[in-house]
Amino acid sequence: MLLSLLPFYPLISFLLIIFFKKQLSWLQTSVLSVGAMLLCTITSLVLLNALNSAPDGVITSHLWRWFSLNNGDSFASVNFAFYLDALSAVMICVVSGVGFLIHLFAAAYMKNDENFGRFMAYMNLFIVAMLILVLADNLVLLYLGWEGVGLCSFLLIGFWYQEKANVLAARKAFIVTRIGDTSMAIGLFMLFNSLGSVNILEVSDLATAQWQIGNNDAYWICLLLLGGAVGKSAQLPLQTWLPDAMAGPTPVSALIHAATMVTAGVYLIARMNALFILSPEVMNYVAWVGASTLLLAGAASLVQSDIKRVLAYSTMSQIGYMMLALGAGAWSAGIFHLMTHAFFKALLFLTAGAVIYALHHQQNIFKMGGVLKRLPFESGLFIIGLICLMALPGTSGFFSKEAIIAQLWSSPTAGQALWWCAILGALLTSIYSCRLFFIAFLGKERFSHQVENSSSKLLKIALLTLACLSLVGGFMAPELGQVFALNSSDIIPGKDPSWLHTVAIATPFIGIGFSWFYFKAYRGTDLQVFTKAEKNSSDNPVSSFCLSGLGFDRLYSILLIKPFVFIARLNRRDVVDQTLMSVTWYVGLWRDVLVFSQNGFIRWYAAAFALGLVFFIGGWIL
Amino acid sequence: MTAIPLEHVLILACILFYIGFFGVVVRKNTLFMLMSLEVMLNAVGVAFIGAGSVWQQADGQVMFILILTLAAAEVAVGLALLIRLQQRFKSLDIDCLSQSKG
Repeated sequence: MLLSLLPFYPLISFLLIIFFKKQLSWLQTSVLSVGAMLLCTITSLVLLNALNSAPDGVITSHLWRWFSLNNGDSFASVNFAFYLDALSAVMICVVSGVGFLIHLFAAAYMKNDENFGRFMAYMNLFIVAMLILVLADNLVLLYLGWEGVGLCSFLLIGFWYQEKANVLAARKAFIVTRIGDTSMAIGLFMLFNSLGSVNILEVSDLATAQWQIGNNDAYWICLLLLGGAVGKSAQLPLQTWLPDAMAGPTPVSALIHAATMVTAGVYLIARMNALFILSPEVMNYVAWVGASTLLLAGAASLVQSDIKRVLAYSTMSQIGYMMLALGAGAWSAGIFHLMTHAFFKALLFLTAGAVIYALHHQQNIFKMGGVLKRLPFESGLFIIGLICLMALPGTSGFFSKEAIIAQLWSSPTAGQALWWCAILGALLTSIYSCRLFFIAFLGKERFSHQVENSSSKLLKIALLTLACLSLVGGFMAPELGQVFALNSSDIIPGKDPSWLHTVAIATPFIGIGFSWFYFKAYRGTDLQVFTKAEKNSSDNPVSSFCLSGLGFDRLYSILLIKPFVFIARLNRRDVVDQTLMSVTWYVGLWRDVLVFSQNGFIRWYAAAFALGLVFFIGGWIL
Repeated sequence: MTAIPLEHVLILACILFYIGFFGVVVRKNTLFMLMSLEVMLNAVGVAFIGAGSVWQQADGQVMFILILTLAAAEVAVGLALLIRLQQRFKSLDIDCLSQSKG
């Protein structure tokens, strides 16, 4: 019963706010939206608790039958039904818990925005869609949530719609993820066509029973589903939308583009693990997609000058880790990293938001500097976020990232090359984190404005809670063994060389040590260094290449956009158009003739009678 | 008395009819159009008289008297209309008076 209520709290709040946003004051709107999220959080925790005592570790809730599909010999009904197991329980806790804290932060952060009501309403709607996505018991309902979060992402990126760049970013995010969504929809059609069901459990059972490993259908379906996941999770090659999506308000970046929505792709693959196990090739592709995104995004993150873009590329690279884990069959580790990443990346984004707010919307790190002294509270929390991101021992990031890296070496679908990629990625992570910290927080102040210290309690509570979660999240590892009973990990413990762990643990420290000396100048007081560095990043071909997201935007512009626009321009006078135009021309011609004949001159009519009579008699005689 | 052949009568009737019709189509002045209509009616009357004399029947002459009365009535109504038109629009130009343009 509780389960079926879960998405309705934010839905009701959304409806109330969107209809009465003019009448509601800031306090009322905040209480409504944040209160709904608080209810969600409490319900999620109660459900998590109830799950322990539930039979089979599963709670289901059937609301109503949505429609039914004819699959040849019978009807497969598509229900509006929720299915809660350990995996979705982790997801609802992350979505509602982190969502609640971000709502709390947003209520304070967006207080002075004139469209505050609309903002909170969309945030609530996003939570509704996300909860439906993770709770859906069939793939069609999951797809509803999937499209719902895409819509909310679009609406919230373009929240400040008066600025053209925001609108363009929103459109780009929508269109690029649509490519993935289309691929996923085709995958679902194929799945229904070959198995005759869309229910996730049934599909998993049928697939395991009917298909051998390496089945051709499974290969194509998994590949298409991977396409959907890649689009939503901003992985190579559909990653270009995420950095631009930072145009939205900072709470949106934290909620949608770091903690929850972008991990939907990871959830999808984990949810369909029974299918993915049947096609090891696709698992291998997943791992390689993850690894290449991890490295490329890490490299791009090294040269960014916008604090939010640094974090955006970092998000891409961390999701790359999750993909890598899924590809290696380390399902639990991937989901664990999803959870811890949601905590610390939300923390990073929110503190970055607080810093940006305090510095009067200054996002360029080269124009910050010395923030540590001026904003010690925010900076301290940012450091906590960064050490989790770098996975220093003891933090949550450490537990989850080490869990992933440990399973790569001898995984049948990953292997040693991918292990080295992950290590290199960890090194890059610590280097770009240090660079960000040194440039923005150490050194001498490079901003002229007065620091605007926000004393809002809501803000601080949200940030502190997230910081605590980031630190201790590592001890809350979810028990997912039952969900991934079909786990393909035939990893024999003890086979791995013993130095692997040492290397993995030492890597972030090597990164920190390297950056301590390499970025020495950034810690200094010489202002020349920064202007030079900023100029260098746009002049140097290598770094400007990285700055522009490794040239993917330009590549897609040449490969896809320009030809498409060219064809569209050619097609403006196409054949179909011409055929239709000839009909209108013909009708228009007759219209002109008839209008000419109806000129209103009696004498012309008389002449026409006579002429008609002549024709008539002439025809009769001849 | 030499009989006039029917062909001559009919040719005369046709010529008169065409002259009348031509007048109706070409003339702009409504008065002249009315006069042309009279000519056309008379052309029909000539054809009736000619046909009546060929068949030695009185019907043709009866028809002509009917047409004559019809023409008289038509002229009476037509002239009354013309006087009203002249009063109201200060013109008898049929094209200026046209209000039925499609």
